[in-house]
Amino acid sequence: MKWITAIIQPFRLEAVKQALSDVEVFRLTVSDVQGYGRQKGHTEYFRGQAMQVNLIRKVRLDIAVNDNFVQPTIDAIVKAARSGPGGKGQIGDGKIFVLPLENVIRVSDGTAGGEAI
Amino acid sequence: MLPERFKPLVFADRAYCLLAVILLLGALLASSAPCSADVVKPGRAWHSPSSATASGAVAHPAIDTGSTAWMLVSTALVMFMIPGLALFYGGMVRKKNFLGTMMHSYTALVVICLQWFLFGYMLAFGKDQYGFIGWQPGKILLLGVSPGHLINAGGGYIPETVFCAFQAMFAMITPAVIAGSIAERMKLRSFVLFLLLWSTLVYDPLAHFVWGGGWLHQLGAVDFAGGTVVEIASGVSGLVMALFLGRRQGYPNQVIQPSSLALALSGAGILWFGWYGFNAGSAGAATVVAGAAFLNTTMAAAAAAIAWNLTEWLHHRRPTTLGLASGVVAGLVAITPACGYVALWASPIIGLLAGFICYMAVQVKIKIGYDDSLDAFAVHGVGGFLGMLLTGLFASAAVNGIAGLIEGDGRQFLIESLAALSAVAYAAIGTALVGVILHKTVGLRVSEVLETEGLDMGIHGESAWDTGAVPELAATIPAGG
Repeated sequence: MKWITAIIQPFRLEAVKQALSDVEVFRLTVSDVQGYGRQKGHTEYFRGQAMQVNLIRKVRLDIAVNDNFVQPTIDAIVKAARSGPGGKGQIGDGKIFVLPLENVIRVSDGTAGGEAI
Repeated sequence: MLPERFKPLVFADRAYCLLAVILLLGALLASSAPCSADVVKPGRAWHSPSSATASGAVAHPAIDTGSTAWMLVSTALVMFMIPGLALFYGGMVRKKNFLGTMMHSYTALVVICLQWFLFGYMLAFGKDQYGFIGWQPGKILLLGVSPGHLINAGGGYIPETVFCAFQAMFAMITPAVIAGSIAERMKLRSFVLFLLLWSTLVYDPLAHFVWGGGWLHQLGAVDFAGGTVVEIASGVSGLVMALFLGRRQGYPNQVIQPSSLALALSGAGILWFGWYGFNAGSAGAATVVAGAAFLNTTMAAAAAAIAWNLTEWLHHRRPTTLGLASGVVAGLVAITPACGYVALWASPIIGLLAGFICYMAVQVKIKIGYDDSLDAFAVHGVGGFLGMLLTGLFASAAVNGIAGLIEGDGRQFLIESLAALSAVAYAAIGTALVGVILHKTVGLRVSEVLETEGLDMGIHGESAWDTGAVPELAATIPAGG
């Protein structure tokens, strides 16, 4: 089992959700996050005064998957989260982190392991 | 025992109580004198110097119901500028100071209404004393303002109660504008005392100079709805207070992220709406002049918004929503003294100039680096001054009997300039005095800890927004920017 965390552009969320459901990944946690990386930030103006806003709004996806779903999930996110013209990726499109996952327990009936995902 | 920090306030409270008692006694004495309760008051000179001679008592003039209705509506419209200003200012400050900033506008409303009732109305519109101030004990506590008194304030007889309420709204919106300069860092009790002192020492005399029959009025200066009394006074006083208080923590290196430009934009719209009462209501009656003032107000606001957006588009390629809102306010400010005197073609020109010049005034502030937080000076001070000069330039005799420079009356232009300069000087000196008094007694500025925490939690124990975990330090000015 793996724990996949993806940071993506907020406006790509709908496309990524669609892509995930196309590869039959139906379990997903989404949260609003802010941060910065290579994209650095953007400029806002207040009555002509420029200010650099360096915490940028992103969306974070958390997905627990069984091993045979890891690659399809990653592929789906990478493809759908790219925001450039013609599906090309660009700086600011985010990152995917894949972590080992020890166990999963379903609260309602106590089922554990891969079946609980 | 009260904590040490409250002592100066207690002292100031006592001083005010004493003042109130003295005034009360004066009022009682005055009211024991033969009172002309339901005798109709003669017309009072207002706006039009020529009517100063036509102030003979009329036997039994009838109430002008149309004018009275319009002035009642106008009064309510000017009151509506307070929530407008509260949203406009609140939307521009950080989330942690949203309520504290809105509170400044509403505090001005409630405190000045009381001051107006106690003696403000008398100081501004009582019997003229040497051209400087009004004094008429019968009007203390509004005891002599009988519901039956009718006055002619611009072409029709309206109850003095309506005139008094209309002017009360002007008295309270003016210091509310100043709150833009002191945003995010002034003590509330200090602000309340500031309102009382400033209104008494600066606003009431200025209103008397120009509208109450004072020396500027006698000189022939015209100011339709308050370019000097309201706009220059609030803008210049705001600048003085901003310099007194100093910059906000972190300014200008950390830029203030506005809490909600959507609310600021809504507030600007409400201000525009309320400004119709402010400007067209300043005709004092439902007259042709009111109609001209209304249309002039509209066109100047629109032109100034376009000018501001165009200027900032040329400057940094972003026509901003706050820019449109700021341009609207700048245009409304500049047309304020002129709206009842200039021909219709002049108002878009006044608006365009106001949008451009007020934007540049903000850029000058950024270059110099003083922290007039929400630009009361750049918009109201500069815009008001510009409006007075342009009134002297564009006034047309066909509109309201006053000819300006382009119609050949250079003297009127000089008088308008003098009135504007006098308002700058008087407001600056008066406000400096008030600032010194408050600085030496209750202190002006909140503690560093409270400023960091924000006025909302720090003073009021309330919060307007779910601010989440994101820090306020997300924005910085790029080096060299």
